[in-house]
Amino acid sequence: MRKKSFRGGVHPAGMKELSEGKPIQFHQAKGEMVFPLSQHIGKPAIPVVKKNDPVLAGQVIAKADGFVSANIISSCSGKVKSIESRMTSAGVIAQCIVIDNDGAYTLMDGIGRECDYTQLTSAEIVEKVRAAGVVGLGGAGFPTHVKLSPPHPEEIDYVIANGAECEPYITCDDRLMQEQPGWIIGGLRVLLHLFPNARAVIAIEDNKPRAVAAMEQAIAGEDRMEVMLLKTKFPQGGERNLVHAVTGRKMASTDLPANLGCIVDNVTTLAAVYRAVCLSEPLMEKGFTVTGDAVAEPGNFLVKIGTSFAEILEAAGGLKAEPRKVIIGGPMMGMAATDLNVPIAKSYNALVCLTEDPVEKAEQQMTHCIRCGRCARACPVGLVPQMLNLYAERKDYDRYVKLHGLDCLGCGTCAFVCPAKRPLTQLFKMTKGVILRNRAAEAAKAKEKEEKAKEAVRV
Amino acid sequence: MTMVISTVIVLAVVGLLMGLLLVFASETFKVEVDPRETAVRECLPGNNCGACGFAGCDAMAAAIVKGEAPVNGCPVGGAPVGDKIAEVMGVTAGEGQEKRVAFVRCAGTCDVTKNNCNYIGIETCEAAMTLPGKGVKACTYGCLGYGSCTAVCPFDAIHVVNGAARVDRSKCVACGKCVAACPQKLIEIVPDRAPYAVQCSSREKGPFVRKICDAGCIGCGLCVRQCEQGAITLSGNLAHIDYSKCVSCGKCAEKCPAKVIRMR
Repeated sequence: MRKKSFRGGVHPAGMKELSEGKPIQFHQAKGEMVFPLSQHIGKPAIPVVKKNDPVLAGQVIAKADGFVSANIISSCSGKVKSIESRMTSAGVIAQCIVIDNDGAYTLMDGIGRECDYTQLTSAEIVEKVRAAGVVGLGGAGFPTHVKLSPPHPEEIDYVIANGAECEPYITCDDRLMQEQPGWIIGGLRVLLHLFPNARAVIAIEDNKPRAVAAMEQAIAGEDRMEVMLLKTKFPQGGERNLVHAVTGRKMASTDLPANLGCIVDNVTTLAAVYRAVCLSEPLMEKGFTVTGDAVAEPGNFLVKIGTSFAEILEAAGGLKAEPRKVIIGGPMMGMAATDLNVPIAKSYNALVCLTEDPVEKAEQQMTHCIRCGRCARACPVGLVPQMLNLYAERKDYDRYVKLHGLDCLGCGTCAFVCPAKRPLTQLFKMTKGVILRNRAAEAAKAKEKEEKAKEAVRV
Repeated sequence: MTMVISTVIVLAVVGLLMGLLLVFASETFKVEVDPRETAVRECLPGNNCGACGFAGCDAMAAAIVKGEAPVNGCPVGGAPVGDKIAEVMGVTAGEGQEKRVAFVRCAGTCDVTKNNCNYIGIETCEAAMTLPGKGVKACTYGCLGYGSCTAVCPFDAIHVVNGAARVDRSKCVACGKCVAACPQKLIEIVPDRAPYAVQCSSREKGPFVRKICDAGCIGCGLCVRQCEQGAITLSGNLAHIDYSKCVSCGKCAEKCPAKVIRMR
């Protein structure tokens, strides 16, 4: 089988052996569950329950506000304790619905009712996905119903199931492909029904032979599906890199995959689509990996959304050593956590507890840029981080933008290879933030000026 | 010998001709400069800080002479410079501009505010802003303490002391550069005469503030009730003093249970 990839990238130690052999455990949380109103890209959802309202598992507790937004579904039954500001896993204090979980997990009526998707129109399928609150579960959290409604569905010729899972440590997608290939294939069938001219490609990195075998067995007899082996390389699972590897098409930073005739969905998202459309189950749980050398029993879980990180860590046997760093997400792109009593939102897929902090060591060894160009060779988007570093440090934002610094994915590849141990990714993330904030401020100023001018004309 | 003499003569003649040419050129191509502009420029401090909103002191002087800027428009020079310029321009400076200074609305030093994490990375406030929970401190509203304000201050008037920025009132001229540089938007320009200020920006509810910081406004509203001038308002769990009404009686500071309103 051919192995495809993209230009650039790095090979961090996989560390997947800690949890890749562990079957997915079903975890039912106890105690209160917290649901932030913003677990997706787009506008936060609007609560439709009040304090002390009884809720059932599967009930919509917050409705999407507009098209690019997503419903929030209660994953447990119980009573609404409060709607208040709480710390969320992104480190932002945001509005959350807190539910006192009664532990019974009483389901709403109609959940689990089987449904034949071939009898539904495209609009009905998209509506079911929307109602179920499905968003991109690979990390971005982009509402899936928006992805499934491209302007020209007949032009879509590739549906790509993203099973690359290129982040080190994380193994929940791998296990899902091995244990529930039916869900993923089911999701792909639904998507192929929506996009009649498409064929499906299940893209998996070659470090997951068991997942590849499972998926190949599952697609036997399907003539519009294939499994594609990709080289194990970070960040293979990035949307642009994946589209390039699978189709050879190059995506500009302003392109959506749909512009190039592709729909890219994570395998977990596809499983959620299948369960939403064919089993009438809204998004209540997702795959989650707890791992790292400080965790007593690293493992994979099917965890209820809204469970706290502290509880899932407890389910993995707790800590066996004092962690030096705890990361929500993978070590390459995840965020260091300061508080574990925050809820697992839809787009989080791992908790990594490490006894050693490589960043701390790097900081002590930092020297000046020696212009070796390793970062430029490794950058998956083809940027020149060494020059961006220079301009970002000088705060020369015009030149930074000219060198397409805003296209940086923040994948961490450049900082990973840098022999001078410079904190490149952090610098770029920060600079991007500053530039975008400045732009927003300027736009607001211009708008104000315009309005003043209008006012003057009226007077 | 003749060679030496001829050289001197030739050079002298050439020099004279060139001189005449320059005199002629400077007379014919003269740019008319309003003498007042030069005079006004002399009065301005000349550190080109740009706080007036113009590109340096030259541009400010030109704008004053054209009548596009007020004579007391230089925030650095304040009233004395305003008076001098008014004299040059032959007008009265109007209301004497009172001295104003920058003020950091956070007193969360390392010993009063709890920390959330150990931070290892780029040491600027903008970088610390990208951390979960905004910076090392448990408070998401407070001073980050990496001195982005110190870096931009042209007057050496603001420094991070024990984890929170402090303004040196004798050096500060209210140019406003730190106000623009602070990513937390903590710094405001206040009249120098008013000694009492709310030294907190947290909009969290009282119990949470108490948990994370000993110098945080808990939004109890005691100060609002104390103020006879009606100068204090409470919005979003945070007191705010309106300095146009404040008479510096100090009653608010006396009653403030968290000692958030106090002498600067």
